This record gives sequence, C-alpha cells and structure tokens, in this order.
Amino acid sequence: MTEPIIQIKDVHKYFKNNIHALRGVSLDIYPGEVIVIIGPSGSGKSTLLRSINNLEEIDFGDITVGGLSVKDHHDINKLRMEVGMVFQQFNLFPHLTVLENITLAQRIVRKRSKKESYQNAMLLLEKVGIPEKAHAYPLQLSGGQQQRVAIARALAMNPKIMLFDEPTSALDPEMIQEVLEVMIQLSKEGITMVVVSHEMGFARAAADRTILMDEGKIVEIASHDELFTNPQEERTRLFLSKIL
Amino acid sequence: MEEKDNRQENPIQWLDKNLPQAGELTKVDAWWWLVLLVFLAILALVVFKPDPYARILNFTQDGIVITIVVTISSFVLTMIFGLFCGLGRVSKNRILYGITSIYVEIIRGIPLLVQLLVWYFAFPAIIIQLGTILKIESMQRYLANPVLMAIIGISVCYAAYMAEIVRAGIESLPAGQMEAARSLGMTKTQTMQYVILPQAYRIIMPAIGNEFISLLKDSSLVSVVAVSDLTRRGREFMSTTFMPIETWLMVSLLYLLMTLITTRLTKIIENKTKLVK
Ligand SMILES: Nc1ncnc2c1ncn2[C@@H]1O[C@H](COP(=O)(O)OP(=O)(O)OP(=O)(O)O)[C@@H](O)[C@H]1O
Ligand SMILES: [Mg+2]
Repeated sequence: MTEPIIQIKDVHKYFKNNIHALRGVSLDIYPGEVIVIIGPSGSGKSTLLRSINNLEEIDFGDITVGGLSVKDHHDINKLRMEVGMVFQQFNLFPHLTVLENITLAQRIVRKRSKKESYQNAMLLLEKVGIPEKAHAYPLQLSGGQQQRVAIARALAMNPKIMLFDEPTSALDPEMIQEVLEVMIQLSKEGITMVVVSHEMGFARAAADRTILMDEGKIVEIASHDELFTNPQEERTRLFLSKIL
Repeated sequence: MEEKDNRQENPIQWLDKNLPQAGELTKVDAWWWLVLLVFLAILALVVFKPDPYARILNFTQDGIVITIVVTISSFVLTMIFGLFCGLGRVSKNRILYGITSIYVEIIRGIPLLVQLLVWYFAFPAIIIQLGTILKIESMQRYLANPVLMAIIGISVCYAAYMAEIVRAGIESLPAGQMEAARSLGMTKTQTMQYVILPQAYRIIMPAIGNEFISLLKDSSLVSVVAVSDLTRRGREFMSTTFMPIETWLMVSLLYLLMTLITTRLTKIIENKTKLVK
C-alpha cells in the first residue's frame, strides 16, 4: 500500500481555558482520499482540521503532511503551500478583486509571474463557473460565489491536499448545491480532501471514508457514506438521529 | 437581487435609482460652498480693506508656509512612527509590546505643549550637559533648531495616538483574514503587508483624517517654542500694530480655510478607499 500523505498520531490539543479539545486522535489519510468528518458542535472537528496546517498548534502527538511535521516551524509555510483551506466564512480579502484574491499568493508565495498567475486564475474561475466575476470585489458577490472564489484561491497554489471546514453552512440553501458541485468535481480529480460537513449529498457522492468525532475523539470510521446509512456505534446513531 | 430588478425597470427608473440623490449632491456641494465662502471673505477683506488686512496677510505669509511645512512633515513622521508603534502594540513579542506600550502611556499622559517645551528647552540642555561630562566639544555647542524640534515633538506625541488607531484598525479585522493568508503559505510579514494593513488603513481612514486636522490646529502650539508659524507671526503683528481684532480675525480665517480644505480632501480620500464600493 502507498504511504499516507497525512499522518495524525495520538494528537492532543488543549486550549488556554483548559478545554481538552483533541483527546488522542490518530488517523492516516492516503493520497487521493476524500475524508468526510461529522460530529456534534464542539467535538473538535475544526480543531483537528486546523491542526493539519498548524493554524492550531498541537500540544502532544504529531501530524506530518507529505513528510513535513507541523511541529517543524521552519517548514510551516512550505507545508501550508501544499495544503489549501476553505473556511465557513469564506475569508476572501475584501480589498482585492476576485482576480487579485486568486493571484496574490501565487505571486508572492509561489513566485509566479503576473501573466502565469493570471492565466491560472482565469482557468480556475472557469472551473468554478464564474469567470465573469474576475474583476468584481468579494462583497459584490453572493455567498455561493464567494465560496467558489475561495476554493479557486486555495486551488491556485496547486495544493496536494484541500481542507474544508463546513464550507456550506454559512450559505443560503439555494447556494449550497453550486458549491457542493464544485467540490464533488474536485474529488474526482485525485486531490486529497478532508471535509468537515454534514451534507449527506456530498458524502454520498464523494466520500471514501466518513468519520464521526465526539468529545475530541474519533468514534467511528466507515467507508463511503455507510456512517449515514448503516452506523455501527450507538453514539453515531444518536448523533444522526439529531441531524437527519 | 437589485441587479435582477433593474433589468425589469425602464431606463428612466434605473437612472433615478442609480444617480446620486439630490440630497447627497447638495450635501457635498454645501461643504465646498463653505470653503469658498471663507476664501471669499479673506479675499474681500484683503481687496476692500487692504489696510490692515493685506498687510496682515503679507506679514504672516511666511508663517503660513511654516505652519504647512510643520504640519505636513510632522504628519508624515507620525504616520511612519505610528505604524511601527502600532505594530509593536499588536506584536506577540513581549519586548516590542512592552516598549511600545510604555511609550504610548507616557506620551499620552503629558500635554503636547509641555512636550514641546521639553524638546526645545530641556533636550538641548541635556545634550550640552552630556557633552560637558563626556568632554565632547561639538555637543557642548549644541543649538536646537526650533522647527526641527517642533516637528520631532509633535510627531513623537501624535505617533502615540496614531499607534492606538493603527492597533484598533488591525484588531478590528476578523481573525479569518490572517488565517486565510497564513493558510496560503504567506509569512507574517507578507500577511501584514498585503492583507491586514491595507484593510486596516481603509477602516481607520476617517480617524487618520481627524488626526491630520487636529495636528494642523495643534501646530499653533509651536509658536511658544520659537517657531515663526502663522500664530507667532500674528502675535508679532499685533504687538507692533495694536490691532488685536483685525489680526486674530485674519489668522482665524486662514486656519479655518486650511482645516476646511483638508476636511474636504480627507473625505474624498475616505470615499475613494472605502471597502464596500
Ligand atoms: N480558540 C479557542 N479558544 C478556546 N477554546 C476553543 C477555541 N477553539 C475551539 N475551542 C473549544 O474547543 C472545543 C472544540 O472546538 P471545535 O471548534 O474544534 O469544535 P467543532 O467540532 O468544529 O464544532 P462546530 O461544529 O461548532 O464547529 C470546543 O469546546 C470549543 O469551545
Ligand atoms: Mg467547527
């Protein structure tokens, strides 16, 4: 079997207020896999995801991404270049146009030329279906459009891994589908994805494994969307009965 | 939502909605009218009553230049010091944070006039005494340049207030902005330069404009420390001619004209740099 691209080993995370947010999480993620994480609020899903690119510093254990450890702070920007992240609140840069949002990091981090980053950005905007918004400002776009730009911005760095933290939960219902479609398309292209989301539609269409987290631990791991359809653990059943 | 609606309207309705409303237009104009009014008042006084008003203007004109020079140089320095101090105030580095915090607290606790007196009288005295102790000849003959000391004094003081404005601007941004930039692999410095500061400055633009206008007015304090600015020249004119009413009317109108113009200019810059267009 191939080497895992992300190795999470017995990770613990404490927040300052003594909250033990991650309590010994271990997980190997393989290249090209699509992992969906579900779980109740406060169970540590975001914290786990944000630990993978060191937005949260872990206290015990280790996480390596493509051989680089999150604990090696000299390599952290190198690691982050390989890990794209999409946030619930989009977090686009409102003072820059859509195009500038997508080209900024390409130019100053990847050191690409203006022309190359521009062409790359336009290709990605076509891919997420809004090339006509290239010169608009983020606040002029709908939530769904903003989230698609955010996906394009992350993809522009050519990451090997994409992390999504509840990418559709800030969206109006009619915009969820347009974002999920982009994500489903992406999942078919061999990029590794770790997605925190309760969208069953996405899990059904794209997940290789689905994971339930609770109280800082992984409770159950199932292949495809079996977690939704055929849960093994009592805890999982209880949680699903609440969200479905 | 609005876009869709617009297409169903006829062009006249569309224009009606999208042209600036009459109220907005007259508001902008009204303020420029005030600038014009003050300007015309000065002009009328000078033309129709050249004695003493043309004489006052003539006498104080180098003072106006000094006031403008002191104001603009101090403001540029304030922006630079204020930026670095503001960055210190949001820094995780304890030493940087500590030094800048102490600086801000001390400066904000002492009146500007007293600070100017320190820079003009006490600072050169310290240099001279140090020169005596260290036996350095050039230091013993140190002579403070009033304009330079005034500019340093104002900048050091205003930078402390500017630092707090910059800090507030940076802290007002959602944490997600920093996280998004860092997740793209940008360094802290790049994130500050390309993402955080450009937004923070847009947010604090109105406050910066206010600081500039306060600084312009506070620059009159330098008249106390041997700088021949507009205020000092006014005082000199009054003491030779004994015309307090005419002198201070003219000086007031000149300050008013300068502050009104800068208020207008900062409003224009504010609107141009607004985040939501
Ligand atoms: N910055 C922080 N400071 C202190 N505590 C935090 C911080 N971030 C998260 N926590 C706490 O850590 C625990 C896990 O939070 P986390 O955000 O990872 O949960 P989550 O599963 O993503 O929940 P949600 O579904 O609400 O997003 C919670 O108890 C939360 O209150
Ligand atoms: Mg979360």
